[in-house]
Amino acid sequence: MPKIKIPKSSPSIDMTPMVDLAFLLVTFFMLSATFRSTEPVEVKVPNSSAEREIPKRKIMVTVDSLGKVFFDVSAPSDSTVRINTLKAMGRKYKVSFTEEQIKKFSFMTAFGCSMKELPSYIEMSSQEQKEFKTKGIPSDSSQNELLDWVILSNENIMKSAETAFKKEKEDAENKNKPAPKKKDFLPKYILRADSKATYKSVEKVIDVFRERQLCELYFVTMSELNQPKP
Amino acid sequence: MAEMAESGGGGHDKKGKKRAKKSSTRVDMTPMVDLAFLLLTFFVLTSTFAPKPKIISLTYPAKIDEPLADPPKLYNGLTFVLAKDRIFYYTGQFFTKENPGPNGPTVLTETDFGPQGARKLLADLNSFVLREKKGLDMDYQNKKIDSLTYANQLKAVKETDDALKVLIKTDDTALAGNFIDLLDELRIAEIGLMAPVPITPEELLLLKESIKK
Repeated sequence: MPKIKIPKSSPSIDMTPMVDLAFLLVTFFMLSATFRSTEPVEVKVPNSSAEREIPKRKIMVTVDSLGKVFFDVSAPSDSTVRINTLKAMGRKYKVSFTEEQIKKFSFMTAFGCSMKELPSYIEMSSQEQKEFKTKGIPSDSSQNELLDWVILSNENIMKSAETAFKKEKEDAENKNKPAPKKKDFLPKYILRADSKATYKSVEKVIDVFRERQLCELYFVTMSELNQPKP
Repeated sequence: MAEMAESGGGGHDKKGKKRAKKSSTRVDMTPMVDLAFLLLTFFVLTSTFAPKPKIISLTYPAKIDEPLADPPKLYNGLTFVLAKDRIFYYTGQFFTKENPGPNGPTVLTETDFGPQGARKLLADLNSFVLREKKGLDMDYQNKKIDSLTYANQLKAVKETDDALKVLIKTDDTALAGNFIDLLDELRIAEIGLMAPVPITPEELLLLKESIKK
């Protein structure tokens, strides 16, 4: 009787699906990870049990433990807010910026220096910015640059919010979706105060916002993980 | 690995010409898998899961140039006075020694930021709202009311005379962290009306005396 030959199968396994999977995972982790933006100042914010997240469209003022003031304005996918604010500030304080500097400014995060120092501050690397000796943005009654930053950036961010709202509204009308609410597009005014900063130094910033009738403010906190239940 | 190449190498054709041995078209994937998993492990291990910051809201009273001649009467008011890492409170109106109220001059009582301090105090004083909220929560869960009515009714409850209203006063040494801790406690205790108010000289004097004790 002829023997039935069992075809010898190769002992090695096809690795291709495994490679696919591994690279898929690598790509997923790399794309889903958001890089921590480099802030020029370390701020330790107090803990709380709050649940709201920081919105994308915002004007954020940071007060560090020594009471120095830092400013940041950002709108989602709209760099014109930062660019126009910087240009308007430049005109007001007669400080000129090169195109290069304006472009770099639009990618920056919070900054804390006077208008005079700003052009050279923009040129620095993020490490140098961290080590830069500054008094923060002047916010005294005699020289209140922070007030101007708030006024001018608020004008620009309102314009940006308006266009974003209109676009979304038209979109919703075309696709028969429920109309968006305007209040979802308005910027939020956020204070990021170090827990060791005195309330008095934070109050100075609060007064700047209140002067512009921006009374609904938000404080940044970290969520407590082991929050004791009341 | 070389299944495809196996059939190619063994066959002879009729004329007996020798064919060049076909080399396998397959690539050994093992090093690539190694690399991919190495990268994967690296990214997973180096990424730290940073907790996302959260925000807490506070609406400040609008700035008015002239203070109101007749400030609105506050029912069921509680005033917190903050100094550096210390917290004091008094209930109702402020009475000086020269002008004492029905219960004598105001005394500042010290409490702390822990769960036995300010949180317990607020939960006791604001028990009316917390009780009402529980009822509303039940109604909402049993789908007796929708989310809009729930929000409106809760807001109305927080503004009744029985609900606790809180004023926050700070001296020059108080830290932002103390202030935000207190805000968090007020949020937990469902305080509807709260306002940061500038401290008066009489209160500051009393605070200084209380700190020394």
